[in-house]
Amino acid sequence: MAAEHHHPAELAPIEARVAAIESVLVEKGILDTAAVDAVVAHVEHNLGPMNGARVVARAWVDPSYKKQLLADATAAIDALGFGGPQGEHMVVVENTPAVHNLVVCTLCSCYPWPTLGLPPKWYKEPAYRARAVREPRKLLAEMGTVVPDDVEIRVWDSSSEARYLVLPMRPDGTDGMSEDELAVVVTRDSMIGVQRL
Amino acid sequence: MDGVHDLGGIAGFGPVEHDADESPFAADWERRVFRLKVGSGPLGVNLPAFRHSIERMDPAHYLSSPYFEHWLTGVATMAVEHGLTTREDLERRAGGRFPLSQPDRGVLPEDLTSRSEPRYKVGDEVRVRKWHPPGHTRAPRYVQGRRGTIARVHGVVDVDDIMAHGGGSVTDPFYSVRFTSHELWGDGGGSGEVVHVDLFERYLRPAASESIDGS
Repeated sequence: MAAEHHHPAELAPIEARVAAIESVLVEKGILDTAAVDAVVAHVEHNLGPMNGARVVARAWVDPSYKKQLLADATAAIDALGFGGPQGEHMVVVENTPAVHNLVVCTLCSCYPWPTLGLPPKWYKEPAYRARAVREPRKLLAEMGTVVPDDVEIRVWDSSSEARYLVLPMRPDGTDGMSEDELAVVVTRDSMIGVQRL
Repeated sequence: MDGVHDLGGIAGFGPVEHDADESPFAADWERRVFRLKVGSGPLGVNLPAFRHSIERMDPAHYLSSPYFEHWLTGVATMAVEHGLTTREDLERRAGGRFPLSQPDRGVLPEDLTSRSEPRYKVGDEVRVRKWHPPGHTRAPRYVQGRRGTIARVHGVVDVDDIMAHGGGSVTDPFYSVRFTSHELWGDGGGSGEVVHVDLFERYLRPAASESIDGS
Protein backbone atom coordinates (compact mmCIF):
# COMPACT_ATOMS: atom_id res chain seq x y z
CA MET A 1 0.00 0.00 0.00
CA ALA A 2 1.27 3.47 -0.90
CA ALA A 3 0.79 4.83 2.61
CA GLU A 4 3.10 2.17 4.00
CA HIS A 5 5.81 2.26 1.34
CA HIS A 6 8.45 3.12 3.91
CA HIS A 7 7.76 -0.04 5.92
CA PRO A 8 9.47 -3.31 5.07
CA ALA A 9 7.46 -5.68 2.95
CA GLU A 10 8.39 -8.78 4.88
CA LEU A 11 6.80 -9.36 8.27
CA ALA A 12 9.48 -9.75 10.94
CA PRO A 13 9.33 -13.16 12.64
CA ILE A 14 7.50 -13.11 15.95
CA GLU A 15 10.66 -13.86 17.94
CA ALA A 16 12.41 -10.87 16.29
CA ARG A 17 9.49 -8.58 17.11
CA VAL A 18 9.54 -9.72 20.74
CA ALA A 19 13.31 -9.13 20.91
CA ALA A 20 12.89 -5.67 19.35
CA ILE A 21 10.41 -4.29 21.86
CA GLU A 22 12.16 -6.10 24.72
CA SER A 23 15.45 -4.38 23.85
CA VAL A 24 13.74 -0.97 23.72
CA LEU A 25 12.17 -1.39 27.15
CA VAL A 26 15.37 -2.73 28.72
CA GLU A 27 17.42 0.15 27.26
CA LYS A 28 14.90 2.67 28.60
CA GLY A 29 15.19 1.14 32.06
CA ILE A 30 11.53 0.19 32.12
CA LEU A 31 11.90 -3.57 32.02
CA ASP A 32 14.19 -5.51 34.35
CA THR A 33 13.87 -9.02 32.96
CA ALA A 34 15.66 -10.73 35.84
CA ALA A 35 13.36 -9.13 38.41
CA VAL A 36 10.24 -10.12 36.51
CA ASP A 37 11.33 -13.70 35.87
CA ALA A 38 10.43 -14.61 39.46
CA VAL A 39 6.91 -13.25 38.94
CA VAL A 40 6.50 -15.19 35.71
CA ALA A 41 7.78 -18.38 37.34
CA HIS A 42 5.32 -17.92 40.21
CA VAL A 43 2.39 -17.50 37.84
CA GLU A 44 3.50 -20.42 35.71
CA HIS A 45 4.17 -22.91 38.50
CA ASN A 46 2.17 -21.94 41.58
CA LEU A 47 -1.10 -20.87 40.01
CA GLY A 48 -3.22 -23.52 38.35
CA PRO A 49 -6.29 -25.73 38.54
CA MET A 50 -4.74 -27.72 41.39
CA ASN A 51 -5.66 -24.73 43.57
CA GLY A 52 -9.25 -24.54 42.36
CA ALA A 53 -9.51 -28.29 42.90
CA ARG A 54 -8.67 -27.78 46.59
CA VAL A 55 -11.51 -25.26 46.86
CA VAL A 56 -13.99 -27.62 45.20
CA ALA A 57 -12.93 -30.63 47.26
CA ARG A 58 -13.29 -28.65 50.48
CA ALA A 59 -16.77 -27.51 49.46
CA TRP A 60 -17.74 -31.12 48.74
CA VAL A 61 -16.74 -32.38 52.18
CA ASP A 62 -17.56 -29.35 54.33
CA PRO A 63 -21.12 -27.96 54.05
CA SER A 64 -20.33 -24.86 56.09
CA TYR A 65 -17.37 -24.05 53.84
CA LYS A 66 -19.57 -24.53 50.78
CA LYS A 67 -22.12 -22.12 52.22
CA GLN A 68 -19.40 -19.54 52.83
CA LEU A 69 -17.97 -20.13 49.35
CA LEU A 70 -21.29 -19.44 47.64
CA ALA A 71 -21.97 -16.39 49.83
CA ASP A 72 -18.51 -14.76 49.69
CA ALA A 73 -16.21 -16.65 47.36
CA THR A 74 -13.34 -14.16 47.57
CA ALA A 75 -13.04 -14.56 51.34
CA ALA A 76 -13.58 -18.33 51.30
CA ILE A 77 -10.94 -18.87 48.61
CA ASP A 78 -8.56 -16.46 50.28
CA ALA A 79 -8.91 -18.52 53.47
CA LEU A 80 -7.33 -21.45 51.62
CA GLY A 81 -4.46 -19.23 50.48
CA PHE A 82 -5.54 -18.66 46.89
CA GLY A 83 -6.05 -14.90 46.73
CA GLY A 84 -4.24 -12.42 44.53
CA PRO A 85 -4.41 -10.59 41.21
CA GLN A 86 -7.29 -11.66 38.96
CA GLY A 87 -8.95 -13.19 42.01
CA GLU A 88 -10.05 -10.07 43.88
CA HIS A 89 -13.76 -10.42 43.03
CA MET A 90 -14.44 -14.14 42.96
CA VAL A 91 -17.87 -15.62 42.32
CA VAL A 92 -18.55 -19.35 42.61
CA VAL A 93 -21.54 -20.70 40.72
CA GLU A 94 -22.93 -24.09 41.68
CA ASN A 95 -23.96 -26.84 39.30
CA THR A 96 -27.08 -28.75 40.38
CA PRO A 97 -29.26 -31.40 38.76
CA ALA A 98 -31.27 -28.50 37.26
CA VAL A 99 -28.51 -25.99 36.42
CA HIS A 100 -25.24 -26.16 34.50
CA ASN A 101 -22.87 -23.17 34.55
CA LEU A 102 -20.39 -22.13 31.88
CA VAL A 103 -17.76 -19.37 32.06
CA VAL A 104 -16.45 -17.28 29.16
CA CYS A 105 -14.90 -13.89 28.47
CA THR A 106 -16.23 -12.69 25.12
CA LEU A 107 -14.20 -9.45 25.09
CA CYS A 108 -10.74 -10.74 26.01
CA SER A 109 -9.49 -13.48 28.32
CA CYS A 110 -10.65 -12.77 31.89
CA TYR A 111 -10.04 -15.82 34.06
CA PRO A 112 -9.46 -16.52 37.78
CA TRP A 113 -5.66 -16.78 37.89
CA PRO A 114 -5.16 -17.78 41.56
CA THR A 115 -7.51 -20.76 41.33
CA LEU A 116 -7.12 -21.84 37.68
CA GLY A 117 -3.83 -20.30 36.52
CA LEU A 118 -3.46 -18.68 33.12
CA PRO A 119 -6.24 -19.62 30.71
CA PRO A 120 -5.80 -22.43 28.19
CA LYS A 121 -5.39 -21.44 24.54
CA TRP A 122 -8.89 -22.46 23.42
CA TYR A 123 -10.52 -20.29 26.10
CA LYS A 124 -8.96 -17.20 24.47
CA GLU A 125 -9.74 -18.14 20.88
CA PRO A 126 -12.56 -16.57 18.84
CA ALA A 127 -14.54 -19.80 18.37
CA TYR A 128 -15.12 -20.33 22.08
CA ARG A 129 -15.72 -16.66 22.86
CA ALA A 130 -18.18 -16.22 19.99
CA ARG A 131 -20.17 -19.39 20.47
CA ALA A 132 -20.39 -19.80 24.26
CA VAL A 133 -22.99 -17.04 24.56
CA ARG A 134 -24.86 -17.87 21.37
CA GLU A 135 -25.23 -21.66 21.35
CA PRO A 136 -23.81 -23.03 24.60
CA ARG A 137 -25.70 -26.33 24.57
CA LYS A 138 -24.56 -27.15 21.06
CA LEU A 139 -21.01 -26.06 21.80
CA LEU A 140 -20.83 -28.18 24.94
CA ALA A 141 -22.17 -31.21 23.10
CA GLU A 142 -19.47 -30.77 20.45
CA MET A 143 -16.90 -30.65 23.24
CA GLY A 144 -18.20 -33.94 24.59
CA THR A 145 -20.47 -32.62 27.33
CA VAL A 146 -24.13 -33.34 26.71
CA VAL A 147 -26.35 -31.23 28.95
CA PRO A 148 -29.92 -32.57 28.93
CA ASP A 149 -32.60 -30.23 27.57
CA ASP A 150 -34.31 -29.97 30.96
CA VAL A 151 -31.12 -28.62 32.57
CA GLU A 152 -30.80 -24.83 32.37
CA ILE A 153 -27.48 -23.57 31.04
CA ARG A 154 -26.28 -20.39 32.70
CA VAL A 155 -23.46 -18.66 30.88
CA TRP A 156 -21.32 -16.13 32.76
CA ASP A 157 -19.53 -13.58 30.57
CA SER A 158 -16.68 -12.15 32.67
CA SER A 159 -16.97 -8.68 31.18
CA SER A 160 -15.93 -6.76 34.30
CA GLU A 161 -13.93 -7.36 37.48
CA ALA A 162 -15.71 -10.50 38.71
CA ARG A 163 -13.96 -13.81 38.06
CA TYR A 164 -16.00 -17.02 37.98
CA LEU A 165 -15.35 -20.55 39.18
CA VAL A 166 -17.84 -23.35 38.61
CA LEU A 167 -18.53 -25.67 41.54
CA PRO A 168 -19.19 -29.01 39.80
CA MET A 169 -21.51 -31.63 41.25
CA ARG A 170 -19.70 -34.27 43.25
CA PRO A 171 -19.56 -37.39 41.08
CA ASP A 172 -21.32 -40.61 42.07
CA GLY A 173 -19.10 -43.24 43.58
CA THR A 174 -16.89 -40.84 45.52
CA ASP A 175 -18.58 -41.24 48.89
CA GLY A 176 -15.62 -42.87 50.58
CA MET A 177 -13.00 -40.50 49.25
CA SER A 178 -10.95 -38.14 51.37
CA GLU A 179 -10.63 -34.44 50.57
CA ASP A 180 -7.19 -35.06 49.06
CA GLU A 181 -8.53 -37.87 46.88
CA LEU A 182 -11.46 -35.73 45.75
CA ALA A 183 -9.15 -32.89 44.70
CA VAL A 184 -7.55 -35.23 42.17
CA VAL A 185 -10.97 -35.90 40.60
CA VAL A 186 -11.60 -32.21 39.90
CA THR A 187 -10.49 -31.01 36.46
CA ARG A 188 -9.79 -27.56 35.07
CA ASP A 189 -12.49 -28.01 32.45
CA SER A 190 -15.12 -28.88 35.07
CA MET A 191 -14.37 -25.59 36.86
CA ILE A 192 -14.81 -23.62 33.62
CA GLY A 193 -17.98 -25.57 32.91
CA VAL A 194 -17.07 -27.27 29.64
CA GLN A 195 -17.06 -30.66 31.36
CA ARG A 196 -19.37 -32.49 33.77
CA LEU A 197 -17.66 -34.86 36.17
CA MET B 1 -15.68 0.30 20.20
CA ASP B 2 -17.43 -2.28 18.07
CA GLY B 3 -14.11 -3.96 17.42
CA VAL B 4 -13.08 -7.38 16.26
CA HIS B 5 -12.40 -8.33 19.89
CA ASP B 6 -16.13 -8.05 20.70
CA LEU B 7 -16.81 -11.60 19.59
CA GLY B 8 -19.92 -12.65 21.50
CA GLY B 9 -22.43 -14.21 19.13
CA ILE B 10 -20.52 -13.86 15.86
CA ALA B 11 -21.33 -16.80 13.61
CA GLY B 12 -19.04 -18.69 11.29
CA PHE B 13 -16.40 -20.01 13.63
CA GLY B 14 -15.87 -23.75 13.62
CA PRO B 15 -15.30 -26.23 16.41
CA VAL B 16 -13.38 -25.22 19.50
CA GLU B 17 -9.98 -26.81 19.20
CA HIS B 18 -9.97 -28.02 22.74
CA ASP B 19 -6.66 -29.22 24.08
CA ALA B 20 -5.96 -30.92 27.38
CA ASP B 21 -2.50 -29.30 27.39
CA GLU B 22 -2.44 -26.98 30.36
CA SER B 23 0.89 -25.31 29.70
CA PRO B 24 0.29 -21.54 29.83
CA PHE B 25 2.88 -20.83 27.14
CA ALA B 26 3.12 -22.74 23.87
CA ALA B 27 6.58 -21.33 23.08
CA ASP B 28 9.27 -19.37 24.85
CA TRP B 29 8.40 -16.16 22.98
CA GLU B 30 4.95 -16.27 24.59
CA ARG B 31 6.56 -16.39 28.02
CA ARG B 32 8.74 -13.41 27.03
CA VAL B 33 5.67 -11.44 25.92
CA PHE B 34 3.96 -12.17 29.23
CA ARG B 35 7.10 -10.92 30.99
CA LEU B 36 7.09 -7.77 28.85
CA LYS B 37 3.55 -6.99 29.83
CA VAL B 38 3.77 -7.68 33.56
CA GLY B 39 7.22 -6.11 33.84
CA SER B 40 6.71 -2.85 31.98
CA GLY B 41 5.08 -0.79 34.70
CA PRO B 42 3.88 2.35 32.90
CA LEU B 43 2.77 0.32 29.88
CA GLY B 44 1.07 -2.48 31.75
CA VAL B 45 -0.40 -0.90 34.85
CA ASN B 46 -3.46 0.63 33.15
CA LEU B 47 -5.22 -2.59 32.23
CA PRO B 48 -8.16 -0.97 30.39
CA ALA B 49 -5.73 1.07 28.26
CA PHE B 50 -3.73 -2.08 27.55
CA ARG B 51 -6.88 -3.95 26.53
CA HIS B 52 -7.84 -1.09 24.27
CA SER B 53 -4.44 -1.14 22.57
CA ILE B 54 -5.27 -4.71 21.53
CA GLU B 55 -8.85 -3.89 20.52
CA ARG B 56 -7.43 -1.39 18.02
CA MET B 57 -5.53 -4.08 16.12
CA ASP B 58 -6.35 -4.51 12.47
CA PRO B 59 -9.21 -7.06 12.47
CA ALA B 60 -7.52 -9.39 9.99
CA HIS B 61 -4.33 -9.35 12.07
CA TYR B 62 -6.28 -9.97 15.29
CA LEU B 63 -8.12 -12.99 13.94
CA SER B 64 -5.09 -14.55 12.28
CA SER B 65 -2.59 -14.22 15.11
CA PRO B 66 -2.11 -16.17 18.34
CA TYR B 67 -3.23 -14.63 21.62
CA PHE B 68 0.19 -13.53 22.86
CA GLU B 69 0.85 -11.77 19.56
CA HIS B 70 -2.09 -9.55 20.58
CA TRP B 71 -0.24 -8.71 23.79
CA LEU B 72 2.97 -8.05 21.87
CA THR B 73 1.20 -5.73 19.46
CA GLY B 74 -0.53 -3.92 22.31
CA VAL B 75 2.64 -3.37 24.34
CA ALA B 76 4.57 -2.19 21.26
CA THR B 77 1.74 0.16 20.26
CA MET B 78 1.65 1.66 23.74
CA ALA B 79 5.45 2.03 23.78
CA VAL B 80 5.23 4.05 20.54
CA GLU B 81 2.31 6.09 21.87
CA HIS B 82 4.30 6.85 25.05
CA GLY B 83 7.17 8.13 22.91
CA LEU B 84 9.58 5.38 23.95
CA THR B 85 10.24 4.25 20.41
CA THR B 86 8.92 4.52 16.87
CA ARG B 87 7.57 1.98 14.46
CA GLU B 88 10.61 2.58 12.25
CA ASP B 89 12.96 1.87 15.16
CA LEU B 90 11.09 -1.32 16.02
CA GLU B 91 11.21 -2.46 12.38
CA ARG B 92 14.93 -1.73 12.16
CA ARG B 93 15.56 -3.77 15.31
CA ALA B 94 13.28 -6.60 14.20
CA GLY B 95 14.58 -6.66 10.64
CA GLY B 96 11.15 -6.59 9.05
CA ARG B 97 7.62 -5.26 9.24
CA PHE B 98 6.18 -4.76 12.74
CA PRO B 99 2.42 -4.16 12.53
CA LEU B 100 0.96 -1.97 15.26
CA SER B 101 -2.60 -1.12 16.27
CA GLN B 102 -4.70 1.69 14.83
CA PRO B 103 -4.79 5.11 16.56
CA ASP B 104 -6.93 5.58 19.66
CA ARG B 105 -10.20 7.29 18.67
CA GLY B 106 -11.75 7.05 22.11
CA VAL B 107 -13.07 10.07 23.99
CA LEU B 108 -13.47 10.48 27.71
CA PRO B 109 -17.12 10.02 28.75
CA GLU B 110 -18.83 13.22 29.92
CA ASP B 111 -19.98 11.86 33.25
CA LEU B 112 -16.93 11.55 35.51
CA THR B 113 -18.88 11.30 38.77
CA SER B 114 -17.92 8.46 41.09
CA ARG B 115 -20.78 6.41 42.49
CA SER B 116 -20.74 3.85 45.25
CA GLU B 117 -24.36 3.29 46.35
CA PRO B 118 -26.05 0.72 44.11
CA ARG B 119 -29.16 2.08 42.45
CA TYR B 120 -30.47 -1.36 41.51
CA LYS B 121 -31.22 -4.50 43.51
CA VAL B 122 -31.53 -8.14 42.57
CA GLY B 123 -34.65 -8.68 40.46
CA ASP B 124 -34.81 -5.16 39.01
CA GLU B 125 -35.45 -4.95 35.28
CA VAL B 126 -32.93 -2.90 33.34
CA ARG B 127 -32.09 -2.05 29.76
CA VAL B 128 -28.51 -1.60 28.58
CA ARG B 129 -27.76 1.75 26.94
CA LYS B 130 -27.18 1.54 23.20
CA TRP B 131 -24.39 3.97 22.47
CA HIS B 132 -21.57 2.10 20.72
CA PRO B 133 -18.73 4.36 21.89
CA PRO B 134 -15.64 4.88 19.70
CA GLY B 135 -13.32 4.03 22.61
CA HIS B 136 -12.99 1.32 25.22
CA THR B 137 -16.03 -0.17 26.89
CA ARG B 138 -16.92 -3.36 28.71
CA ALA B 139 -20.48 -3.37 27.40
CA PRO B 140 -20.37 -6.02 24.67
CA ARG B 141 -22.22 -5.14 21.47
CA TYR B 142 -24.54 -8.13 21.88
CA VAL B 143 -26.16 -6.73 25.04
CA GLN B 144 -26.40 -3.05 24.09
CA GLY B 145 -30.06 -2.10 23.88
CA ARG B 146 -31.15 -5.40 25.44
CA ARG B 147 -33.38 -5.90 28.46
CA GLY B 148 -32.28 -7.98 31.40
CA THR B 149 -32.66 -8.60 35.12
CA ILE B 150 -30.21 -7.78 37.89
CA ALA B 151 -28.91 -11.15 39.13
CA ARG B 152 -26.13 -10.05 41.47
CA VAL B 153 -24.87 -6.80 42.95
CA HIS B 154 -21.11 -7.34 42.84
CA GLY B 155 -19.55 -4.28 44.46
CA VAL B 156 -17.89 -1.05 43.43
CA VAL B 157 -14.90 -0.76 41.07
CA ASP B 158 -13.23 1.67 38.67
CA VAL B 159 -15.00 2.25 35.37
CA ASP B 160 -12.83 0.86 32.58
CA ASP B 161 -14.23 3.22 29.93
CA ILE B 162 -12.84 6.18 31.91
CA MET B 163 -9.58 4.62 33.09
CA ALA B 164 -8.71 3.57 29.54
CA HIS B 165 -8.85 7.13 28.25
CA GLY B 166 -6.89 8.92 30.95
CA GLY B 167 -9.72 9.83 33.28
CA GLY B 168 -8.22 8.04 36.27
CA SER B 169 -10.19 6.33 39.00
CA VAL B 170 -13.95 6.92 38.74
CA THR B 171 -16.06 4.26 40.44
CA ASP B 172 -19.39 2.64 39.76
CA PRO B 173 -21.37 -0.21 41.27
CA PHE B 174 -21.33 -3.19 38.93
CA TYR B 175 -23.83 -5.97 38.45
CA SER B 176 -24.36 -9.32 36.89
CA VAL B 177 -27.31 -8.84 34.53
CA ARG B 178 -29.23 -11.90 33.31
CA PHE B 179 -30.52 -12.00 29.73
CA THR B 180 -32.58 -14.74 28.18
CA SER B 181 -31.08 -16.25 25.06
CA HIS B 182 -34.21 -15.22 23.14
CA GLU B 183 -33.81 -11.58 24.23
CA LEU B 184 -30.31 -11.59 22.82
CA TRP B 185 -30.75 -13.70 19.70
CA GLY B 186 -34.47 -13.59 18.96
CA ASP B 187 -35.84 -16.70 17.30
CA GLY B 188 -32.28 -17.98 17.04
CA GLY B 189 -31.92 -18.18 20.81
CA GLY B 190 -31.88 -21.41 22.76
CA SER B 191 -34.56 -22.47 25.24
CA GLY B 192 -33.32 -23.03 28.76
CA GLU B 193 -30.24 -20.91 28.12
CA VAL B 194 -29.48 -17.66 29.92
CA VAL B 195 -26.47 -15.38 29.68
CA HIS B 196 -25.15 -13.26 32.53
CA VAL B 197 -23.03 -10.24 31.66
CA ASP B 198 -21.22 -8.04 34.18
CA LEU B 199 -22.09 -4.38 33.60
CA PHE B 200 -21.37 -1.04 35.22
CA GLU B 201 -24.29 0.90 36.63
CA ARG B 202 -23.76 3.73 34.14
CA TYR B 203 -24.40 1.29 31.30
CA LEU B 204 -27.93 0.62 32.59
CA ARG B 205 -31.33 2.33 32.64
CA PRO B 206 -34.44 1.23 34.56
CA ALA B 207 -36.71 -0.80 32.31
CA ALA B 208 -39.73 -0.96 34.59
CA SER B 209 -41.26 2.29 33.33
CA GLU B 210 -40.61 1.70 29.64
CA SER B 211 -43.40 2.25 27.17
CA ILE B 212 -44.63 -0.77 25.29
CA ASP B 213 -42.45 -0.08 22.25
CA GLY B 214 -39.33 -0.16 24.40
CA SER B 215 -38.32 3.43 23.78
